[in-house]
Amino acid sequence: MSAADVLAIFNGAVTTLLLSSLGILLGLPLGLAMALIRWSRVPLASQLVAVYVSLLRATPIVTLLLLLFFALPNVGVPIGPISAGILALTMNTSAFNCEVWRASLMDFPKDQLEAAQSVGMRASLRFRRIVFPQIVRSSLPGLINEMSLLIKVTPALAVVGVVDITRAAVRIGAETYEPLPPFFVAIAIYLPIVYALVSLQRWLERRRARLEAPA
Amino acid sequence: MIHDFGVVWAERSLMLNGLLNTLILSVLSAFAALVLGALLAMLLTHKTKAPVVVARGFVDLMRCTPFLLFAYIVYYGLPSLGIKFDNWSAGLVALIIYNTAYMAEILRGAAAAQPPEPAEAGIAFGFTGFGLYRRIVLPPLLLAAGPVVGNQVIQIVKDSAFLTIIALPELTHAASSIQSRHYVPFAAFISAVILYWLLCLLVETGVSAVGRMADARR
Repeated sequence: MSAADVLAIFNGAVTTLLLSSLGILLGLPLGLAMALIRWSRVPLASQLVAVYVSLLRATPIVTLLLLLFFALPNVGVPIGPISAGILALTMNTSAFNCEVWRASLMDFPKDQLEAAQSVGMRASLRFRRIVFPQIVRSSLPGLINEMSLLIKVTPALAVVGVVDITRAAVRIGAETYEPLPPFFVAIAIYLPIVYALVSLQRWLERRRARLEAPA
Repeated sequence: MIHDFGVVWAERSLMLNGLLNTLILSVLSAFAALVLGALLAMLLTHKTKAPVVVARGFVDLMRCTPFLLFAYIVYYGLPSLGIKFDNWSAGLVALIIYNTAYMAEILRGAAAAQPPEPAEAGIAFGFTGFGLYRRIVLPPLLLAAGPVVGNQVIQIVKDSAFLTIIALPELTHAASSIQSRHYVPFAAFISAVILYWLLCLLVETGVSAVGRMADARR
């Protein structure tokens, strides 16, 4: 394996990181919107979100990606591997994020909402000033955990032809007849990224436990 | 569209074979990973330092590695170590080793949250070592860890879909081959998604049954 091969894997890493960042950035607000729909019990929409979340949480990312990549062009929606990848990652992570956001919303103390209501705050202001800043804090460990899970399923992108870390590694393995070294390089790229997220999550949880412990 | 589902129905034996493979892979690896994970969890909380460092290193390594890359390593790596494997056994071995780390971490976390009294009482009654772990520590631990273990089992079902890439004929692979043979992508993959969904609902039902059992025993 030459230096150019290692560089090719790093190029794949840029693609992987770009697509997963997009998935995370789109999935966070989408998950929050769906959690709010369920929290405020919007009729019909709430049930639809519940089914969507349950279905998406049970669907392997590979299967979802193949479904989007092959079935969407079939019904007249042209989609390339990159867009299919972003869509699949976003759909997958939004379903998990919805559950994290929803758990925080369910735990939100009711008296604070009633206090805000009693000083005449409207629903939108109540959410912006009172609810949102607090649920961001309580959801953060769960959301970061979900980010690390998302990064770990990104090799699925290679299945539809996105040249990500994994596909770059497979290609080099096929060219050099030595499949193992490129895979070790690929894992070496994943390790620090996932480890950083897992450590961040642990640190946030410890800090939260310390802040909430009775003095 | 109805016609497309008719095509999938006509190929139902292929689809059911895929479902069966996914089921067998998931059940075998969940069971093996739980048993091995329980043993590894003992090492994670060992009194001497060396086993803890080794076990911790392994668990953290697995938890930071994407499953597909690990499956590739097992699939390509074992033959070069002289172990001949077909893709079915390679996939199974990869699932077991990978999830052993997750199960161990789950059980260690659950053990840390358990009250110490039963184990102390067990020691007072003369239980030691493995007997103490198996008879006193593990049973309430498994009941307490039930929901998280259930989540991991769902994760195993979903991870097994990655094995389609090493041409293991599981559910996603079956859907793929039906789609490539008849060009019915939507019907084929939606059928697979529904079957995965049913599998996960089944696991969730099982977990809540275990939860009720745990409540009844309390």
